[in-house]
Amino acid sequence: MNGFWHQVRTVLVRDLRRERRTAEVLGVTIPFGATAIVLIGFVLSANSDTLAKAGPAILWGVIFLFGTLVAVRRTAAETPAQRDMLALTGADPGAMWVGQAAASAVFLIVFEVIVGLVGFLFLGFSVPMWWSVPIVVILVGIGLAALGTLAGWIAHDLETGTALVPLIVAPLAIPLLLGASKTLDVLITNRGILRWIVLMLMVDLVVIIIGVLAARPLQENP
Amino acid sequence: MSAPLVSLQDVAFSAGKSLILRSVTLTVGEGEAVGLFGANGAGKTTLLRLVALLSRSTGGTVDILGSSGGTDLSLVRRRIGMIGHTPALYPTLSLLENLSFLVGMRGEPVDRVGDALAEVGLGNVISRQARHCSHGMQRRAEIAYQILVQPDLLLLDEPHSALDGPAGELVEYLAASVVDRGGATLVVSHDRERVSQMTHRNVELVGGRLL
Repeated sequence: MNGFWHQVRTVLVRDLRRERRTAEVLGVTIPFGATAIVLIGFVLSANSDTLAKAGPAILWGVIFLFGTLVAVRRTAAETPAQRDMLALTGADPGAMWVGQAAASAVFLIVFEVIVGLVGFLFLGFSVPMWWSVPIVVILVGIGLAALGTLAGWIAHDLETGTALVPLIVAPLAIPLLLGASKTLDVLITNRGILRWIVLMLMVDLVVIIIGVLAARPLQENP
Repeated sequence: MSAPLVSLQDVAFSAGKSLILRSVTLTVGEGEAVGLFGANGAGKTTLLRLVALLSRSTGGTVDILGSSGGTDLSLVRRRIGMIGHTPALYPTLSLLENLSFLVGMRGEPVDRVGDALAEVGLGNVISRQARHCSHGMQRRAEIAYQILVQPDLLLLDEPHSALDGPAGELVEYLAASVVDRGGATLVVSHDRERVSQMTHRNVELVGGRLL
């Protein structure tokens, strides 16, 4: 198991280092995501009631669209030669998958925090139960990262490439984002959130288990 | 007599409706270097990927380093070294970081990576990102990696392309060191004259068949 986690850490460090040099998430995706929120905020600013009600769904919709793109793009950007070289290290495919998903989760959580702050400023809703926001942000970040990474790995093996990714990601993302949207909704109205957090936690666990179990067959059936 | 390191029996490979390899039989034993020639599109790279266990044949039997005996393919793959015709380094990582990453994924110590890069003449550019290195320098770095990991089976795809004279000699040194240790080398190339000097025998792929 030590070898597994050592490989996870090695992949994570590689991906964080690559992002530090290219700033693909921080320099490109976050500004576009924030701009989308600001634009929606301006368009709906005349109707503050609608904006407050639709705010959580708009925020998670933007996070889903940009977040999935981040996770898929990062996985699909690896060249066939790089994948071959990595396969010939004999490393555990499950560890490679977890490492890539972990790096994407870090980027997505940063993305959520910044775009979320912009959302609170421009979509005009406030959250009484602030303490539980980090739980939602982390669960959604992990879930979307795991989904995007899984979709990217499956896309490697398909002749259609990334064209089928939305069909792979969307069905699994629905319960995750429903949970996130409902959680934020009930946070705003100050009601119980436990069942929605449990739903997100279950989705995260299911996708992670699928990813780790599918990594080896995906690598070994090229 | 020990089992061959590479054993392909009546192997076929098709992609969609295209039959790329048909009825290929090839055996490579310990301490043997074999050259593989053929025109563009003859299926040389496809054959190399089958031997590297990176693709699965659509017919016949493939046994690489005992892989057909139900062995974990990851354990077999780590004994195979390959230098493909396109660089496999991550452009935004330095040469040192690239090789340290690969060695780290093997679970081996990374303290010899700098020495290996120096051995192939890259000692003064180990911190340079791969995107700022020439194709030839990246290929040298990949040779350094193979020197470090000492594979039992070395697969080379057009190994002399983009390399100057001294770097070409490094390829020959690497291939010879694998063969001397009792391993095997399979070299795909168009450069018959040069490759023939480093191999014991040569075979040719024509229209997906081995001659």
